[in-house]
Amino acid sequence: MNVQAIREQFPILHQTINGHPLVYLDSAATSQKPRSVIDAVARYYEHDNANVHRGVHTLGSRATDAYEGAREKTAKFLNAASPQEIIFTRGTTTALNLVASSYARANCGEGDEIVITQMEHHSNLIPWQQVAKATGAALKYIPLQKDGSIRLEDVEATITDRTKIVSVMYVSNVLGVVNPIKEITAIAHKHGAKMVVDGAQSTPHMKVDVRDLDCDFYAFSGHKMCAPTGIGALYGKKALLEAMEPIEFGGEMIDDVGLYESTWKELPWKFEGGTPIIAGAVGLGAAIDFLNEIGLDEIEKHEHQLAAYAYDRLGTIEGISIFGPVHDRVGLVTFMLDDVHPHDVATVLDTKGIAVRAGHHCCQPLMRFLNVSSTARASFYLYNTEEDVDRLIDGLQQTKEFFGYGIG
Amino acid sequence: MELDDLYRRVIMDHYKNPRNRGTLDEDALTINLNNPTCGDRITLQLQVEDGIVKQAKFTGEGCSISMSSASMMTEAVHGKTTDEALALAAKFSSFIKGEVTEFDELEDIEALSGVTKFPARIKCATLGWNALRKGIEHQQQQ
Repeated sequence: MNVQAIREQFPILHQTINGHPLVYLDSAATSQKPRSVIDAVARYYEHDNANVHRGVHTLGSRATDAYEGAREKTAKFLNAASPQEIIFTRGTTTALNLVASSYARANCGEGDEIVITQMEHHSNLIPWQQVAKATGAALKYIPLQKDGSIRLEDVEATITDRTKIVSVMYVSNVLGVVNPIKEITAIAHKHGAKMVVDGAQSTPHMKVDVRDLDCDFYAFSGHKMCAPTGIGALYGKKALLEAMEPIEFGGEMIDDVGLYESTWKELPWKFEGGTPIIAGAVGLGAAIDFLNEIGLDEIEKHEHQLAAYAYDRLGTIEGISIFGPVHDRVGLVTFMLDDVHPHDVATVLDTKGIAVRAGHHCCQPLMRFLNVSSTARASFYLYNTEEDVDRLIDGLQQTKEFFGYGIG
Repeated sequence: MELDDLYRRVIMDHYKNPRNRGTLDEDALTINLNNPTCGDRITLQLQVEDGIVKQAKFTGEGCSISMSSASMMTEAVHGKTTDEALALAAKFSSFIKGEVTEFDELEDIEALSGVTKFPARIKCATLGWNALRKGIEHQQQQ
């Protein structure tokens, strides 16, 4: 994988921030966009823009083809059985909320259980809290190990025959840990529960095969994988989606509307009320092409190496704590420097042109588990280099010096 | 944009040696406030007698900007009437936006002027002051 050639394709990377060349280490929050994606969105607006599924005119057909073409690419990308199983959404949060508001509310009740973990992003936690409150179902947590990982024996012990839904993130946005989704899915199915996967941090970084995982629902966001913000998708097994009620009504999703009764379109459109995010979907399609051309396996390997390099080099800094397991780490490292608050770390690094995230990372329950209020995180993507890591290390050394004795 | 502009000696002094850090009696006016986007949190306690802030103490955790600003705030409002304290909070709000450059009531606060150049950090600086405002407004409504 030629990282320099890849970097050339990301216009935003070639600028100075506060007098230093930009080092972007916040891709877990959102990734940067390659020229091909930016161009695809511009080209769509310059040549093909129209509303989808209604215009008889040529532009209407082109827009529809572009939109549905992106759905086909997404289905192939996840190895779904059919494009009908791909519902376009605003992103992971909206996709998970769709499952919670539609499937879960209809299928959970008093005495039932919903099982999640304490490492979940708020977007895969609050929707289930709300379902539990509304339906009387109990919300249960698979316990975490000290390093934040999950043991299958704990999964076995937590999921019971009363469990209706298990929802777990594939990759942690704080710990970088890859959860054993395939195995958890098998345990969930053994008890008749449905498996929901938060794929926000896995989809950009590794090959995902929803049929191999055998999960029932899988949610992801485009913007973390080189696509624009505002587009993502929910994969669901066709039989489940067909049995589910829409949660948004009007516009695109209708079949026949009467004064007192209406019917819905078939899958996937019954879940896509209103004019969809057409340009976003086009951008997502272009991002998938871009990633496929490089190869997800190559990207995963590159990030894995980079995270290991970062882990090792960060470990040489005195007074640093690194969170999460040492091995099987997707491309991010979350850490704290003794006696320097993560916000101050992020501000000092920013003055040196280095962008990292500081805060709770939308994981307050996990922060409590780790017994911290906030942490700093450096996250990597296909355009990052060892030189970026070196700049981070230098920046952190300077941060330490500055806060130690640098105030003059 | 230089780091020293943001982290002046005065700020680091208040961060490392916070003034009025601690708790008051349970019957003191107590305000808990957090900054949900970053996890900073403060518990501010005010002892108000005859409309005068006799004591202000705080606990909490956060970055150097939020904690030093809270420390300065507790010094600034000491002995002030509640109306004066509210006026100071309003003045601080203008100051941190760069609309006012001087802060005669407590010159230490002027060290926070660098924050105006770091828009992402303004909400850190205002955390303690927001707690103050919330507490006094609540008390005045009683």
